[in-house]
Amino acid sequence: MSLESGSATDQQVEVLSQKFTLGFTYTRSTGPVVGRFLSSLRDGKMVGVKGSDGRVIVPPVEYDPVTAEALSEFVDVADTGEVVNWCWVAEPTEHHPLSHPFAWGMVKLDGADTPILHAIDTQGDASQMVTGMKVRVRWLNQAQGNIKDIVCFEPGDTSSGNIPQHDFEEPVVMMDAPTYLDYNYTAGNATARYLHQIRQGKIVGQKAPGGEFVYVPPRGSCPATGVATTEEVECADVATVESFTIVHIPIPGNPIKPPYVVANLLADGADVSFIHLLSEVDNDAVEIGMRVKAVWKPEEEWGYAMDNIRYWKPLDNESDKGGK
Amino acid sequence: MAELAAVVGIGQTKYQTKRIDVSIAGLVREAAMNALNDAGLVWDDIDAVILGKAPDMFEGVVMPELYLTDALGCNGKPMIRVHTAGSVGGSTAIVAASHVQSGVFKRVLTVTFEKQSESNAMWALSNPQPFSPHLNAGAGGYFAPIIREYIRRSNAPSDAGIKVAVKDRLHALKNPLAHLQLPDISAEMVEASPMLWDPLRFLESCPSSDGACAMVIAHEDLVDQSPGKPAWIQGAAMRSEPTMYAGREQVSPHAGRDCAKDVYAQADITDPRKDFDCAEVYVPFSWYEPMWLENLGFAEPGTGWELTMSGATSLDEGGDIPWNCSGGVLSSNAIGASGMIRFAEAARQVRGSAEDHQVEGAKKALGHAYGGGAQFYAMWVVGAEKH
Repeated sequence: MSLESGSATDQQVEVLSQKFTLGFTYTRSTGPVVGRFLSSLRDGKMVGVKGSDGRVIVPPVEYDPVTAEALSEFVDVADTGEVVNWCWVAEPTEHHPLSHPFAWGMVKLDGADTPILHAIDTQGDASQMVTGMKVRVRWLNQAQGNIKDIVCFEPGDTSSGNIPQHDFEEPVVMMDAPTYLDYNYTAGNATARYLHQIRQGKIVGQKAPGGEFVYVPPRGSCPATGVATTEEVECADVATVESFTIVHIPIPGNPIKPPYVVANLLADGADVSFIHLLSEVDNDAVEIGMRVKAVWKPEEEWGYAMDNIRYWKPLDNESDKGGK
Repeated sequence: MAELAAVVGIGQTKYQTKRIDVSIAGLVREAAMNALNDAGLVWDDIDAVILGKAPDMFEGVVMPELYLTDALGCNGKPMIRVHTAGSVGGSTAIVAASHVQSGVFKRVLTVTFEKQSESNAMWALSNPQPFSPHLNAGAGGYFAPIIREYIRRSNAPSDAGIKVAVKDRLHALKNPLAHLQLPDISAEMVEASPMLWDPLRFLESCPSSDGACAMVIAHEDLVDQSPGKPAWIQGAAMRSEPTMYAGREQVSPHAGRDCAKDVYAQADITDPRKDFDCAEVYVPFSWYEPMWLENLGFAEPGTGWELTMSGATSLDEGGDIPWNCSGGVLSSNAIGASGMIRFAEAARQVRGSAEDHQVEGAKKALGHAYGGGAQFYAMWVVGAEKH
């Protein structure tokens, strides 16, 4: 049945936005060239590689930028050098290497022909930054075997003499690369409307005007025709199991304990299935075509999320139909 | 009219769980050098590089094509990156081929890779999504319900999947590059392996591999400059469809059937089982062999499993239409490369260079890849002759 409210685009809904982090600590193999560079950092040494044209490239690259030949002639360079270019960071973010204002600089180390990018610390004073200024590496006290063994560069024309300490014996071949992206996800109009209805305990799909197919959850347009799904259609919290799987392995980062049944469910009134959990049934007794109903969380726990429905369970008698 | 193009060089790495001795650059480089050597060429002979890989989340290197230009000799040359999820290896080969067939480039290097040991595929494919329940359980979790529906419709016996799992691992024993080498593989062993996503068992699923695959594709005019036998590209097609739409046929998707029809028409294939000598088809989960046998027209709907059970797709059983003689995705799965490995292994067969897993006298072969929620398809037909 269509809601009396009619066209979904007539109504403004509150914009829904959610903070979201996507990330993983990658385990990166360095290969011999980058591994050599990182191993040297632990000892407070900067190393480059000689290119086919005789230039000393720092940090070293695996393959020659001109001829593409594999490179392996390592060259020690100084941990002091000259700033060839820079820009000032007045408002550092939490991911920056320094918490006070600093410069990102291109530093050509003494003995190198190409610059390395790193932070330059002038204690927050932008007026000290000058192209051509002499800088030196500020080393981390306890080496880790990655680029952060260089804390930053700082003004100075001789080495600090404070090189990192470490008790590693093997060369660096692997490194952790924690890569985490924080962003705000803003739900579009169709999703926001759907979530507002779910917040009220209703499953309301959408369809294109004159279209035959009701989408739950809606994505804003009919995938088959591209037409905007501006009409709302309330669906039942009763569904048919289109298919399912019994998952025996954990989902990374999800507390749910295997084995559990994830089913593709077609809600009454909808034309496309979504996935959700089945429970209160023996896993072995689940069948394609089985009729199920939603088991909602207590109303006070409802939010803008499909997991207002805790799971679905078999619909075993008429009195269950349509109830919450 | 399109110009003629052929595969003149193929290079692969050994597929394995972890390649900790090389960086990502080192990995792609190895496959690229092997392909150049096979083609008897050097970097200067290459006009452009076409690179493909699956989602960047697998290694956490965004836009890896930028960082890989040095390793792939791309200084001053065009570099193009292709992305169509798991089918990308096939799509990349087709993008490369079409740049030669169109006359834009005379000779291209095309490379695909995945270094899955840098993360965890189950994580990378099961990210929580904003405002959604976190129930996506990897590729197996997505495909298992579709497989269950196939079994229901076709009344296939429960051991058809096991048969494929054993057959492809027996094939892998003839391919030293294959990741899984399981000399004791048997139906009992597959059946006893842990259930992961019912009805899919551990040994009915593909492994996670590090690896890269590369090919050199040359214009007809330059084919003679390479020493090996060429594999002529007789047809190539791609199709896609939305993942979720009402009435979507998920067991035998439309886009797959359309793609096959297109590529068969280009290559004058009327009866795929008869006209092909072998096929390399993207089968990451055992049951996808009978499903794709039907989708690709090798068997009537509902009867793909009969072909599988008869041994028709087995090299060891002397089948008339061996599928995945290399061991397939079930034996090596460096995701971004997996589609290209299918295309390259089809080419190896018609070049006669497949060594111990060679189908004797193979003249025509199908390479196939699919990806995403089975919504991206890439296929090519390669032959020992030009047409």
